[in-house]
Amino acid sequence: MSAWEQVQQSATVMCKSTVDETVYSSCFAGKGDQTYLQWLLHAWGWTLTVALVALAIALVLGLVIGVMRTLPNKAVVAFGEAWTEFFRNIPILIQLLIWYHLVPDIFPSLKAVPPVVMACIGLGLFTSARVGQQVKAGISTIPKGQRYAGLAMGLTLSQTYRYVLLPVALRVVLPTLTSESMNIIKNSSVAYAIGVVEMISFATQAGEETSLHGTMYLGATVLYFISAFAINRLAAVVEKRTKLAGALGGK
Amino acid sequence: MLNLDFSFLNWAVIKSNIVPGLLYSLQLTLVTMVGGIILGTLVALMRLSSKPWLQRAAAVYVDTLRSIPLLMVILWFYLLIPTGFYAAIAGSYGVDHRPELAAVITFTFFEAAYYAEIMRAGIQSVPRGQVYAGYAVGMTYAQCMRLVVLPQAFRNMLPVLLTQTIVLFQDTSLVYAIGAYDFLKGFLTVGQIYNRPDEVLLPAAACYFVISFSLSMLVRRLQSRIQIIR
Repeated sequence: MSAWEQVQQSATVMCKSTVDETVYSSCFAGKGDQTYLQWLLHAWGWTLTVALVALAIALVLGLVIGVMRTLPNKAVVAFGEAWTEFFRNIPILIQLLIWYHLVPDIFPSLKAVPPVVMACIGLGLFTSARVGQQVKAGISTIPKGQRYAGLAMGLTLSQTYRYVLLPVALRVVLPTLTSESMNIIKNSSVAYAIGVVEMISFATQAGEETSLHGTMYLGATVLYFISAFAINRLAAVVEKRTKLAGALGGK
Repeated sequence: MLNLDFSFLNWAVIKSNIVPGLLYSLQLTLVTMVGGIILGTLVALMRLSSKPWLQRAAAVYVDTLRSIPLLMVILWFYLLIPTGFYAAIAGSYGVDHRPELAAVITFTFFEAAYYAEIMRAGIQSVPRGQVYAGYAVGMTYAQCMRLVVLPQAFRNMLPVLLTQTIVLFQDTSLVYAIGAYDFLKGFLTVGQIYNRPDEVLLPAAACYFVISFSLSMLVRRLQSRIQIIR
């Protein structure tokens, strides 16, 4: 039997005890209703879910933090910097472990929250620091005169950001945000450590169950490639659509 | 409920459980940095060479490793390196410390892909005239690279290389996946022994934070110094 046939076979066979013929229900194929290939696609779904939800959190928070770090108020800037340094300097693995194990100890009402939610929050906050860094860099590439011009014309500070600074800054940072989006897909793999059944978790467990480690890893790796490539293409389309006439390579 | 009494973390416990982990994490970071920069520079040179097949091989290497999660790469290397290899390179130490050795090999090859991109940017930042000048005074390609281009590229990129090393230090915590005894594992082990598996994450996070933050402050100072000299 070829490796892929073995993978695709509905695999109660794989999970049956050779001694007393009981089927282990914790095993992927234990319920007998899905093949390993279907489980892999399922795991891919979780990888993408965690990555995309975390990306949404990271973009919103990152935008806020990035803007805060460029405001004239010193206390607000300090808060933004502290946020960035805090989430940037602790490894993502430790951050996720803290979200999953420690935070519910402090707030017992969070005990019932599934690990997927914690993974999204943890990864989102971790990435928000990086996004904020880039948004700040984007805003500071705009000549100071534009900000002063906006304020001198009588726009309020928030209007200046909304109509003058951010439309340009966000276009400037779009390429770096693309690579951050690809990073978030890769970083979502760490969620396996808190029990999210994403692709790493699938590949290791299914590898143990079937002894076909290489096949399982290969399946997951290929799907990681496809995900990264898809984000890359998607970002290229967004970049093209949002180009400004006369600036930054636009027509 | 949370028990924030850290009195179990006395020096004897730290010394026997956590310090070996810290030393391993630092060793892993340093060895990988040196190995990764050397290998990465070679890959960058391949990528900028005039031979199309060398260029393509280097591009495939870099793009592949950069689009797979580090965890996946760690698992792949751990799977693919034959067991006998560890004994062959490190004798009985290698047999007892398979995950630790596998991590060193994995990280060197993985980080090389990232360092290669940095070095490529560095090499490209050196004006073409420098290369022509090198050839004009009769240098060979190797001499020109070694004596003219690489020293400048290295210096231009030093802050970026060090920033990448800080990222690398944080990423070493991912050897968790194959059970190597690193800094984080040291804390987790203590947490298990003293039945404080959750609380022990706080000092672990604090230590990683202090180390990464102070290193990034140092890099920032270095960056401003280099800028003044130029």
